[in-house]
Amino acid sequence: MAIDNAELIRMYRTMLTIRRFEERASKEFRGGSVPGLVHSYIGQEAIAVGVCFNLRKDDRMVSNHRGHGHLISKGADIRRMMAEIYGKRTGYCKGKGGSMHIADFSIGILGANGIVAAGLPIATGAALAAHLEGGDRIAAVFFGDGACQEGEFQESLNLASIWKLPIIFVCENNQYGVNTHYQYAIAGGSIPRRARAYNLPVRTVDGNDVVAVYEAAREVVARTRTHVGPYFLEFKTYRWYPHFESDAIPDLRPREEIAAWKKKDPIKRLAKRLLKEGVATARELEAINEEVLGRIDEAVKYAVESPLPRPEDALEDVYSTQGIS
Amino acid sequence: MRKITYAQATLEALQEEFRRDKRVIHMSNDIPPELREEFGEERVRLTPIAESAFVGAATGAAGSGFISVVDLRMATFGFVAMDQMVNQLAKITYMFGGQARFPVLLRMSIGAGIHMAAQHSISPYAMYMNVPGLKIITPATPYDIKGLLKTAVRDPNPVICFEHSLLAPLEGEVPDGEYTLPLGEADVKRKGSDVTIVAISKMLHDALAVAGEMEKRGVSVEVIDPRSLVPLDINTIKKSVAKTGRFVVVDEACRTCGAAAEILARVTEDEDIFRKLKSTPRRVCGLDVPIPYSPPMEDYVIPDRAKIRAAVEKVVGSQA
Ligand SMILES: Cc1ncc(C[n+]2csc(CCOP(=O)(O)OP(=O)(O)O)c2C)c(N)n1
Ligand SMILES: [Mg+2]
Repeated sequence: MAIDNAELIRMYRTMLTIRRFEERASKEFRGGSVPGLVHSYIGQEAIAVGVCFNLRKDDRMVSNHRGHGHLISKGADIRRMMAEIYGKRTGYCKGKGGSMHIADFSIGILGANGIVAAGLPIATGAALAAHLEGGDRIAAVFFGDGACQEGEFQESLNLASIWKLPIIFVCENNQYGVNTHYQYAIAGGSIPRRARAYNLPVRTVDGNDVVAVYEAAREVVARTRTHVGPYFLEFKTYRWYPHFESDAIPDLRPREEIAAWKKKDPIKRLAKRLLKEGVATARELEAINEEVLGRIDEAVKYAVESPLPRPEDALEDVYSTQGIS
Repeated sequence: MRKITYAQATLEALQEEFRRDKRVIHMSNDIPPELREEFGEERVRLTPIAESAFVGAATGAAGSGFISVVDLRMATFGFVAMDQMVNQLAKITYMFGGQARFPVLLRMSIGAGIHMAAQHSISPYAMYMNVPGLKIITPATPYDIKGLLKTAVRDPNPVICFEHSLLAPLEGEVPDGEYTLPLGEADVKRKGSDVTIVAISKMLHDALAVAGEMEKRGVSVEVIDPRSLVPLDINTIKKSVAKTGRFVVVDEACRTCGAAAEILARVTEDEDIFRKLKSTPRRVCGLDVPIPYSPPMEDYVIPDRAKIRAAVEKVVGSQA
């Protein structure tokens, strides 16, 4: 089934939103207006968009340390994201979480996470809830190739498999965990083989082709909605920038490799396709870019103008005051 | 004397111990280039992101004749290996009736003030102090970390070294030649006669700054760094409190069941010291909340100089 043109344009706009958001967040971090750390998602935009565009608002999604793209694709408000990164009271977590810990439970985003692989068990629990509720809701979790070496990865795949939980494990294989290549870290060099060992069906897809990602995710999401069990998707991709926006950890990946992957820009690739198939004109794409840049500016303005938390706000939210209703 | 950074002193300690003893091996998920270059990939091993496996492997190798050094990076990642640290490493010598020794040095960074939110800012040494079988050091100067790490490598037991993230660039005097420092020996960092401050890890530097200010106001503050929390050199601290009669403990970690509580209890439960107290001792600790990301909240929950000064003024009372 072809993807309709309006959806393609929406995907383009969202990928560009992620790109511009990350460029701006990195710039503001390096310029000193943003505290903490920013792990850039640039280069991997097609995966978050292609997967999340197949999720419903009520599906639950768990993200990781490189989470901005996942959140934007699932529908998070970039103004409140930016405000969180700026440590402002209007941010998603009132300034308590920062870049690595943004969540929006109202649209099924159960949170980014600073601990590698820690999202997998949590997403497995979200899938257990979907299973217990009945219905056709599902859960999805994003994680990197590096996460596949943690015990939590193995335990979650196994648990989801024996309980036949409606969860999609989305592995973004950008080939490195910081500077460690996955071929070194993974015995046998294959992530899919590992997932198959837990009896999960697996598909490996080009993570820089948003149409391929979208089509694979569409099929897998439809299958998972029937609650027949988990599915594992591996997307091959690459991060363009160092592990995080800071020079604290040198980027030891080969220069030529980085340059080669930048040529496989997922956004340019979609743009080319849109132009070739007559879905959009160059002028229309430029207009989208302008509109996106405008929204990013607006998000930064919102963040900058928002008040900082009061120091004593630190004491709130240690325990929930919501009743169990 | 030459001055080097805390990070440099750490590296020197490991380099010297690696040269001294071929049984020393290193595991971490990002390799220290200087160690890798000099000692090769067999001894300086790159691990996958699999903390429980490599901490457990460190234990197994140590019990089989090697000496393991593991750099877990941030203490938050150490929690992934909690079973290996608490159920295994800490108890293994004891449960097996002392048949074997397990020389493992685990290094973890701690501390807030880096705007990295709750997971990455924790200072959890008190959790480990609660587990008999582990030795725990919290060096705060380049000199101390070099000497203590070298001793830790030579210790036949598991030692955890907690290193505050903000200390890495700190410069301090370190002699050229070989030296070691014993575990379980507190260091009087500044002599004084009116108040004793015990300050842990990075808080030492804040306490010293406050001591300097108070001096100008006519209050003489003695500052002690325990340097090692297990074993804890309580006698040096008691001697000081017996002399000053006034006592403040400063710790960035949460107050509840913290290292500061332990130190305070051990000092005040000594009847002789208790009788000599001239005022109620105080703790200056992190608040009992996870560390928040945004700087105004983060600053609010961790101790700083103003909070230390206020506590000193309180224990000194009308004298200040
Ligand atoms: C349990 C744990 N160990 C180590 C780290 C430090 N760390 C943060 S991200 C990262 C690399 C993760 O690699 P991968 O899963 O491939 O994700 P990527 O960064 O490539 O997106 C590491 C080692 C951590 N956050 N959590
Ligand atoms: Mg990776």
